Amino acid sequence: MEKIYLAILLAPLFASIVAGLFGKWVGRAGAHTVTILGVAVSFALSVYVFNHHVLQGQPAFDGAVYTWLETDGLTLEIGFLVDQLTVLMMLVVTFVSLMVHVYTIGYMHDDDGYQRFFSYISLFTFSMLLLVMSNNFLQLFVGWELVGLVSYLLIGFWYKRPTAIFANMKAFLVNRVGDFGFILGIAGVYYFTDSLRYSDAFAAAPAIADVYFHLFSTNTTENALTIICVGLFIGAMGKSAQVPLHVWLPDSMEGPTPISALIHAATMVTAGIFMVARMSPMFEYSETTLTFILVIGATTALFMGFLGLVNNDIKRVVAYSTLSQLGYMTVALGASAYAAGVFHLMTHAFFKALLFLAAGSVIIAMHHEQDMRRMGGLRKYLPITYWTCLIGALALIGFPGFSGFFSKDGLIEAVAESTIPGAGYALFAVMAGVFVTALYTFRMVFMTFHGKERMDEHTREHLHESPWVVTLPLVLLAIPSIFIGWFTIGPVLFGDYFRDVIFVLPQHDVLAKLGEQWHGPAAFVLHGVQAPVFWLAAAGVATAWFLYLKRPDIPDAIQARTRGLNRLLENKYYFDWFNENYLAAGARAFGRIFWKGGDRMLIDGALVDGSARVVGWLAGVIRHVQSGYLYHYAFAMIIGLAALLAYLLVRT
Amino acid sequence: MNNWPLLSILVWLPIVGGIAVMLLGDARAALGRWLALGVTVLAFVLSVPLYTGFDSTTAAMQFVERLPWIPALNSDYHLGVDGISLPLILLTTFTTVLVVIAGWSVIEKRPSQYFAAFLIMEGLMVGVFAALDALLFYVFWEAMLIPMFIIIGVWGGVRRVYATIKFFLYTFLGSVFMLVAFVYMYLKTGTYELSAFYQLPLTLTEQVLIFLAFFAAFAVKVPMFPVHTWLPDAHVEAPTGGSVILAAIMLKMGGYGFLRFSLPITPDASRELDWLVIALSLVAVVYIGLVALVQQDMKKLIAYSSIAHMGFVTLGCFLAYDIYANTGATTGAVLGLQGAMVQMISHGLVSGALFFCIGVLYDRLHTREIGAYGGVINTMPVFGAFMVLFAMANAGLPGTSGFVGEFMVIVAAFKANFWYAFFAAVTLILGAAYTLWLVKRVVFGEVANEGVAALKDLNRREFLVLAILAVGVLALGIWPKPLTDVMEPTLQQTLTLMSASKL
Repeated sequence: MEKIYLAILLAPLFASIVAGLFGKWVGRAGAHTVTILGVAVSFALSVYVFNHHVLQGQPAFDGAVYTWLETDGLTLEIGFLVDQLTVLMMLVVTFVSLMVHVYTIGYMHDDDGYQRFFSYISLFTFSMLLLVMSNNFLQLFVGWELVGLVSYLLIGFWYKRPTAIFANMKAFLVNRVGDFGFILGIAGVYYFTDSLRYSDAFAAAPAIADVYFHLFSTNTTENALTIICVGLFIGAMGKSAQVPLHVWLPDSMEGPTPISALIHAATMVTAGIFMVARMSPMFEYSETTLTFILVIGATTALFMGFLGLVNNDIKRVVAYSTLSQLGYMTVALGASAYAAGVFHLMTHAFFKALLFLAAGSVIIAMHHEQDMRRMGGLRKYLPITYWTCLIGALALIGFPGFSGFFSKDGLIEAVAESTIPGAGYALFAVMAGVFVTALYTFRMVFMTFHGKERMDEHTREHLHESPWVVTLPLVLLAIPSIFIGWFTIGPVLFGDYFRDVIFVLPQHDVLAKLGEQWHGPAAFVLHGVQAPVFWLAAAGVATAWFLYLKRPDIPDAIQARTRGLNRLLENKYYFDWFNENYLAAGARAFGRIFWKGGDRMLIDGALVDGSARVVGWLAGVIRHVQSGYLYHYAFAMIIGLAALLAYLLVRT
Repeated sequence: MNNWPLLSILVWLPIVGGIAVMLLGDARAALGRWLALGVTVLAFVLSVPLYTGFDSTTAAMQFVERLPWIPALNSDYHLGVDGISLPLILLTTFTTVLVVIAGWSVIEKRPSQYFAAFLIMEGLMVGVFAALDALLFYVFWEAMLIPMFIIIGVWGGVRRVYATIKFFLYTFLGSVFMLVAFVYMYLKTGTYELSAFYQLPLTLTEQVLIFLAFFAAFAVKVPMFPVHTWLPDAHVEAPTGGSVILAAIMLKMGGYGFLRFSLPITPDASRELDWLVIALSLVAVVYIGLVALVQQDMKKLIAYSSIAHMGFVTLGCFLAYDIYANTGATTGAVLGLQGAMVQMISHGLVSGALFFCIGVLYDRLHTREIGAYGGVINTMPVFGAFMVLFAMANAGLPGTSGFVGEFMVIVAAFKANFWYAFFAAVTLILGAAYTLWLVKRVVFGEVANEGVAALKDLNRREFLVLAILAVGVLALGIWPKPLTDVMEPTLQQTLTLMSASKL
């Protein structure tokens, strides 16, 4: 099996190298053929691995490929841990990636950087697989940073645009702030286990939970496991864009749409969710961290949803929706319902990739116009895009029976059962979030596909459905967006799919409690229709219909009345403003003070050149003594002689 | 080949070759260039058997050569390599080849003397790393300053006189104290033999004084805050090749000195004063990182970045005492030492590559101002790709060599003290900030001006140099084990020496 894992990992890397370094020789068709083949191989073999481990029930694999470094009794390896969680991630990543590869043929058709683009997304697939298949923290961190690198390269893909090259630097730096915590967490693991293998860390977690550090003073103590877990979670906050490290994700929309779907919706941004689920044997023992996760996730889920309400850029609406949904997943993790978080991650990967690609299809049709105020009525021009987008929207708001319904309802009910401090706030946030989600989602659907046609004549004349390479992935993603929840909720949430993989303490096990009332997906849907969550969503859609189709004048009136609130939302709660004016500018100011004040004035000016000047001045003074006049020397000699005599006289 | 005096060859072949190149004169500069290339390639090829023939199961000195040198002073011509010096010698012979290729057609003023200076310097630098006799070490250490002094002073920029004098006085002043310490220990042992110094019992006061004398020499070379200000000036004025050697190899002599002299000879003083080194290392990471952020001159920026990166070297070297105090065991100490060494080798490749990159731009537009560039990737796509790769390595991206040492030191630092790791990890943010901002302003964006619009992409010679460095940077990042395996026994022994009290 090891060879198969290796093939899954290396096929996209090989394809990426071919398309990237030899793009000129293989040409455009060569580049997309080789990369699509590479990802297809990965996907097919992932299916095989799924069959092997899940359907045939073979035990998980945990082993090394090669030793990266060995010193001081520490062995760092590149290796694989392949179990149910890994297989699920591998399937999601390779499937969505394959869809995006095909879609890219259409979307990037006219772009000069065609080969480069295919090379990057294949490199991304490799990096993401490296991350999810890891069996140790080193490789996790390597994959973690490499996906960040590819994200950087792809956000700045159109490197001439000032906004793009600002956004990619911002994305990398904000992620580095997260990684700062992440690496400290990893160092903490090493502190206790002298190893970076997951298995060693998991085994040691209960013992670490009893250790206390004195970090700030000798009077205060901090739980060691909490420090490690919070550190790791700060990494997740960067990658999975949780408040306040979420600021990079909306700006990442500067990149081409296919990567918004692949990296900034379906896969990379869920790496943080995956990581926490993977580390459940550690996080379970630190309730403080779980509370922290709950509060951060809930805040992200609700408040980022609000921002989706005021944006007019179709991609940014979907981006804020992604932020909000990542908040939902995070809340599930905080409530110890790791399986629910991962389950939502999976369904979300399908329907959010679908929504992004549908938005991309709209953007192609509109000749790269992204402002929804200049769209409307596109339903009849883009029928396939419309219907698939509608499916994605219904899945997103949790319409009963769609995949998003199962994952979101399961998640909310799990939070309702949770007794971890902060669960009350989280429940409120995710419930309110349901209404907000429905509102902004259908605001987008209505503004884009329904109502008056607001585009100019020229654009209208050229409107037509996208080519098959674009619509085929939409259809293929729409299918799991509808059905996958129905078929998988039983085993994933309430069955034993994750039994040996995700660890939950009995007193935290909210999913087990829900499982007692589990009577199959049909009953779950029936129950869901009667629950308040469904009515909140319905109210959201109705409100959107009323505000954006029936009475489009009302939103403007509301905006005019609530100028303060509106300004707060339009400025995205002033996070960017604060970061740019205080953090970034502050760092530069300190740099300038240290440089000009410290290096130049104090060290160079006063000490280095100063000492040179003192030597020069002394020499200048002493030089006068050596005037060259004989009578000066004679005079000095007489004085000296007299002084010497006087001294001798006085001494005797 | 194990019977050959390989180390002597590596010291004297470049020196003799350099003199020959100089004698050929500028009239036969073309021939001189080829001779210089031949000599450096030969030196590199001859340094490979050092690695392949190296026994990495022992900490003992290998390829040892010993002849009486100054019998009156009981000083020997004593050379040898162990796990610490071997990688640094390989780095020296490797980098010098690239420097010769990089200077191939760029140097118009007195080309043969230029190449001769680098060849002579190569021999002297190998001598520094191979010398096992303190007096011999001192001679190589000081002699090496002369060619560098000439390189900056003759082929340097506008303020080269200020820079050379500053460079020379700074480094020379530091070294003099080291000589005093050597003489003191000679008076006690009657020999300049390094291993005798290791065994010499010293009181704490003696150790502290010797430690500070060494510190004056090595801290200036590294350079550590606050004696670092000569480096940005020297870099800015030096020609590309000079900057490369300065960054890639000369700075390493400071770190080498700490590992070879300070820690084993004055273990108790190192324990007493480790707080000083650690504090200054962390200042280098944070303070210098912020200073690097606001530089307008590309070379200055990379020079400051070098100082910040070298902070990891000194930090990694001095972690052992606090690790023992904090955890009651020394696990993690060798990880820190390894991290320091890997960081030195990696920094040699990465900063060398970045100075090459800046040289490529400087050769075309004759300015180092960041503001004079912008959108370079439009006209130089291949160059842009290399620049982004090396910038990422500088920012410590996993998969490149830049990650390995930083990761090891940060992880080891946590064992000593959470806050050491905390401040060291700030480099993740600052390092990325100053490097990527540089890339954003220089490489990306619309074509900024006519100068950039007229740029020609890399020629074959430049491509070769950068490609070789890229392979090195990636290879070390993907599989550092061959490097760390060689160093392991020696660093274990260093830990033993630095942990054994002399009181």
